[in-house]
Amino acid sequence: MELTDAAIHDESAIQMWLAPLSCCNPRHETASSREIRQIAKQLPLWIGMVFFLFASEPACAKSIWDFQEPVTPIARDSIAASVDFLRIIMGIYVVVFAVFAYSLFKHRKSSGAQPGTFTKPGTKWQWALAISPFLLLIYIDYIWMGIPAFHAIAKMEDTRTAAEMVVKVTASQWKWQYEYPEENIKFVSTIATKQDQIHNKEAKGAHYLQEVDNPLILPTNKKVRILLTSTDVIHSWWVPSFGVKRDAVPGYLREMWVNIEKPGTYRGQCAQLCGDGHAFMPIVVEAIAEPQFTEWVAKKKAEGSTAKTAADKVWSREELMAKGDEIYNGICITCHQAGGKGIPGAFPALAGSKIVNGPFLDKGGRLIKDGHLDRVMNGKPGTAMQAFKNTFSDTEIAAIVTYERNSFGNHMGDMVQPSQVKALR
Amino acid sequence: MTEAITAVAHDQHEHPPAGIMRWLTTTNHKDLGILYMSFGGIMFFIGGAFIMAVRAELLFPGLQLLSPGMYNQLFTLHALIMVFGAIMPFATGLNNYLIPLMIGAPDMALPRVNNWGFWILPFAAVLLLIPFFLQFFGIGSGATAAGWVMHNTSLDLQSGIGIDFAIFTIHLLGLSSLTGAINVVVTVLNMRAPGMTLMKIPLFVWAWLITAFMLILVIPVFSAAATMLLTDRHFGTHFFDAANGGDPILLQHLIWFFGHPEVYIVLLPAWGLIPHILATFSRKPVYGYRAQVYALWAICFLSFIVWSHHMLTSGLPLAAEVYFMYATMAISIPTSVLVFCWLGAIWRGAMTFETPMLFALGFVAHFGMGALTGLILPDVAVNAQYHNSYVIVSHFHYTFFGGGIFGMMAALYYWLPKFTGHMFDEKLGRLHFWLTTIFFNMTFIPQWFAGLDGMPRHIADYALRFSTFNLISSVGAFSLGLSQLLLVYIVVRCVRGDGPKATGQVWEGAQGLEFTVPSPLPYHTFETPPEVK
Repeated sequence: MELTDAAIHDESAIQMWLAPLSCCNPRHETASSREIRQIAKQLPLWIGMVFFLFASEPACAKSIWDFQEPVTPIARDSIAASVDFLRIIMGIYVVVFAVFAYSLFKHRKSSGAQPGTFTKPGTKWQWALAISPFLLLIYIDYIWMGIPAFHAIAKMEDTRTAAEMVVKVTASQWKWQYEYPEENIKFVSTIATKQDQIHNKEAKGAHYLQEVDNPLILPTNKKVRILLTSTDVIHSWWVPSFGVKRDAVPGYLREMWVNIEKPGTYRGQCAQLCGDGHAFMPIVVEAIAEPQFTEWVAKKKAEGSTAKTAADKVWSREELMAKGDEIYNGICITCHQAGGKGIPGAFPALAGSKIVNGPFLDKGGRLIKDGHLDRVMNGKPGTAMQAFKNTFSDTEIAAIVTYERNSFGNHMGDMVQPSQVKALR
Repeated sequence: MTEAITAVAHDQHEHPPAGIMRWLTTTNHKDLGILYMSFGGIMFFIGGAFIMAVRAELLFPGLQLLSPGMYNQLFTLHALIMVFGAIMPFATGLNNYLIPLMIGAPDMALPRVNNWGFWILPFAAVLLLIPFFLQFFGIGSGATAAGWVMHNTSLDLQSGIGIDFAIFTIHLLGLSSLTGAINVVVTVLNMRAPGMTLMKIPLFVWAWLITAFMLILVIPVFSAAATMLLTDRHFGTHFFDAANGGDPILLQHLIWFFGHPEVYIVLLPAWGLIPHILATFSRKPVYGYRAQVYALWAICFLSFIVWSHHMLTSGLPLAAEVYFMYATMAISIPTSVLVFCWLGAIWRGAMTFETPMLFALGFVAHFGMGALTGLILPDVAVNAQYHNSYVIVSHFHYTFFGGGIFGMMAALYYWLPKFTGHMFDEKLGRLHFWLTTIFFNMTFIPQWFAGLDGMPRHIADYALRFSTFNLISSVGAFSLGLSQLLLVYIVVRCVRGDGPKATGQVWEGAQGLEFTVPSPLPYHTFETPPEVK
């Protein structure tokens, strides 16, 4: 009796286990397996609906229960694999815990159940039943999901085949520098959300914390190889819609690739804890069609040559102050705060600072070690103050130093010319 | 004469010194077990309080309460305290109290080492927390804010004393864990009652024996990594300093070579407890004893060869990515052996649902979710989406809280009447279980979806699209925190003896040597070893 019971149980169990597999082999699909498949397909929907009751927000995008909209081949693969995998684990969970639940209701002392004394499978069928889940698990791990996973990794890691252009990303606390080596274009991208929004003094914009001053511009339908490195700590470049995330490691080059299929603006942020500004290091990528991209490159190149001539011209105090104000409020303010007040114990104040209000060049015209200009150009090792000569142009360094020496109640009255900075590099 | 002397000596032996000296000088495994467990309990609430502040900051977008630096300190301390201060000491307390009872030994093999191992802990905790409090008096820049695994090269991440204090804390905790682990190995291998062969010792003892071996193997690696970091920071070495030829990823490798086995160090004691509790309340013998012992060993072995799945986005070579993916997937096999044995344990039993049983079943259900979500994570290509997002936070809380903490709570309720001699308030216990279960899921399910939607970990402030998830999660977390106060009330009442007296057997279906002695336990047990058939 027990044997037949087990046999029947076993057969239906195997059928249930096999049901999801039939989707690999649609030709052999039977009516009943189609039904089970249908139910299995709807499972995430049901569970999603339960959560939706929990947290309904009409304004949310439809993809809120899943990855953001995929726009690269890798992201599409990932979302498909993820959804498959989630279905599989939900299926396993439901089946296994249905057995648990059956036992919880059936084998109660209060309903007069007599405890068994067995400590292991007794019959051949029970052994088969005990072992089949492991065979299934091995099949899921190493064949069903394992083989596509291998191909996906190989594809993801193949950054070079048919790569049509290269972009170099250099991470620093807490900004990204984007460089197009072939076009000789280079710029820094930092958060554009205002401090007042972060500190709740102003209403938050639609792209709060996910907006930057200079987005990365990429052409659509082109395989772009992205090289990554960092100047200080490890950061991680992640745009969910692209399905790639890779750490930017100081001293090493890492690589990945994207091929964006749809024009648009895609947002992400740094994904590796990198210090106090970790939450404020967004990534914005604007994908545009090839012709517009060529236009953009031409425009950017022209700007680059103006910047070069700019470094040679003599700037007036007002021009430097205006540019310095812009840079300070974009970048320096993250640590040194509005009005140069700093954060006691974490970031030094610039208002009334000895360094800012001290000399920066010695009599021979060389940098004074730990003087104002030296600190800005070469940074302070071991702190968040980095060597800005790596990321700023001569004009920008000259402007920011001039601005700091003549703002926040500092009245040095002097200024730095871009040509001086150029000579001191 | 001789008899009289023995009697007097025995008498003194029975009555330890009163007051604080009893606890400072005790070498009794039951006293030390209670000390360890109380310490774990206190740290559980400190670590919990820290994360309440973090969740309060995340309640709404924008910075309201904390500066980002303070935020980073709080979640780092939360993790360090919960893993090293709460779960591990509590599990060590259980092993101290229970292993000698379960194997019929009078005490642990190395009682003085045992005392020393415990009394390192409070100092380690103070050392970890000092810089956090000093910052409010303007000294230093606060506690370590680098995350509990210091995933980043902390050289540039944080100057100041925080990380240095954390490094010395790691050294002290390491010493304490090592003494505890050596004690377990020596005790289990040498002090079993006559007739108790290794394949007869209870599964909790097996689980702890394996945990102890893992600790002995990985703690030196962790201490070495911390020491290398210390010399990098202060003595001019360049192990992890890229600017001078070091490799920042090396630190991740070293930390995770420790860190992955550490996950199982946290979980194994709970895995050992659960079969006892399920068997007791199903009134059946333990199911699949051999299978579970082998599965535990298999997990122990596998845990040493999969560490890099924590760093799949760090730019490993293709071959390494493929290897670590397939090796990690292999862990699902022994883990599911355990799950099916738990199922076998209750199948055709005669179940009743007292609080410990509820927590044990809650453990199975939640750990099941943690384990199954872990099945997806090693897929390297998909992992790029999950890694360092809230998906991971949700996943490992299902294993650490849903597994580790639920397991510890089941154990606490299961043996509390044994420890105190009184039953706890069953109604309140069940209420505590249901509140914990509901709010635990309310906290961590939304985090899974926030992660899928692209929310990274460790951020003090988030984009508006993640608002709803975080609001629900925070409310869940506050409620979860509050409902743990109920646990304190239940335990305090039970310790004061408010409940009915417990029998030696305590639970109707309880098996094992510890239930053959009266409750509460006499100060010394099994001075004459029992015979095991």
